Amino acid sequence: MKLKLFTYNVIDTPIHRLSGLTKLICFLLLTFAVMYSYDIRFILAVMVFSFIILRVSKIKFSQIKIMIIYVAIFLVTNFILTFLFSPEYGVEIYGTRHDILKVFGRYNLTLEQLLYQTTKVFKYGSVIPFGIIFLLTTDPSEFAASLNGVGVPYKVAYAVSLTLRYFPDIQRDYQNISQAQQARGLEMSKKAKFMNRFKNALLIIVPLIFSTLERIEYISNAMDLRGFGKLKSRTWYSKKSMSRGDYIAISVSLFVFAVSVLISVFINKSRFFNPFV
Amino acid sequence: MKKYFEVSTKTIVATGLGAAIFTLLFMYVKIPSPVPETSFQTAYGVSSFFATLFGPIAGGLIAFIGHAISDAVQYGSPWWSWVIASGVASFIFGFAYKNTKVEEGEFKGKDILTFNIIQIIGNVIAWLVVAPILDIVIYREPVNLVFTQGAIAAVMNSISAGVLGTLLLLAYSATRTKKGSLTKK
Repeated sequence: MKLKLFTYNVIDTPIHRLSGLTKLICFLLLTFAVMYSYDIRFILAVMVFSFIILRVSKIKFSQIKIMIIYVAIFLVTNFILTFLFSPEYGVEIYGTRHDILKVFGRYNLTLEQLLYQTTKVFKYGSVIPFGIIFLLTTDPSEFAASLNGVGVPYKVAYAVSLTLRYFPDIQRDYQNISQAQQARGLEMSKKAKFMNRFKNALLIIVPLIFSTLERIEYISNAMDLRGFGKLKSRTWYSKKSMSRGDYIAISVSLFVFAVSVLISVFINKSRFFNPFV
Repeated sequence: MKKYFEVSTKTIVATGLGAAIFTLLFMYVKIPSPVPETSFQTAYGVSSFFATLFGPIAGGLIAFIGHAISDAVQYGSPWWSWVIASGVASFIFGFAYKNTKVEEGEFKGKDILTFNIIQIIGNVIAWLVVAPILDIVIYREPVNLVFTQGAIAAVMNSISAGVLGTLLLLAYSATRTKKGSLTKK
């Protein structure tokens, strides 16, 4: 369990130089653009774009290997489940029927279903690089400032920054407690009896929570003493000012977002691209 | 109504640290269930516990932030419909705040019942209504698939929140000084 939340490296690339606020806005615009559209041509174009950005920001494959494995497992499971539960969903969406293959019973593979499911795989696949880029190129201490910048109340932004700050501490506490309990013979795996598993999980969670409650007390007293939350707004030490690159990045993302909506409204007349009519 | 939505510094800090625990448990501490390929998320036990102690705002944000971060770290991008549903569930758990006597050191029959009724209502609304509907609206997932997944999630998460939340609150109430525990001689 050696996981760091954000493996943020300080490298000098155009993407790293953007302010955190810009990256958050671009991330949101681009993910919504991809989430909204079911046009495979548009999605493939965005996917190519996302891989170019991934290249530019010099993210190494080793940094994102585990994520890719998880995503692949998720996509395959989702693909199979979708077919098992709704083999006719494609026909329903596109309104036509082109059978390719009879599998068994009510399970017929149709061209429509294949297009729907392939689109879905690429759709989810092309959102992932943006998330990865955002996570790996944003300084965690700048993150709260960016959230506040897009209109999240600063107290909530501060809570997020506390989460990122204290995650490593809590992870270390968890490891210590878990090893101490295992040394005393605690069994967490499938070998333990079912009802005992809850009890065993509690033997780790209870000490973790009680030490955290104590810590909450300390931190909130310290913050109160420094006058946290007395004013309506606050400034951030790590906030970067906007530069020309930031405006370019936001314009590009806005353009992609607009294209997604415009294609759906004017060309496809729905969220789906229908080549069958 | 106002008592639920007060935000003090302590609420903020509890949210931050609670979300850190939520993230950790959500990723690593799952209890394997008898049904293969599914597991109980201990994280919902913790979010129900924090929601009962610190109110709906803290509860909702803990689950929302925790779920979003762990999704982002594992998959690169959060699955928004379920992240929002997590937030909604734990927000509703927060209505147990100040409705039980856990802060006064008593957490017995009636309090346990109140907590669990609220907890089950929260899970049902979140996983049978919010998550499937958002899945359909945002992601256009097939209807029967999302409702089946939602039903499984509602049952599993009610069990985790019920069992772990109740036991955590029992443990917590034992550490509080009971009201009227001092008598004058």
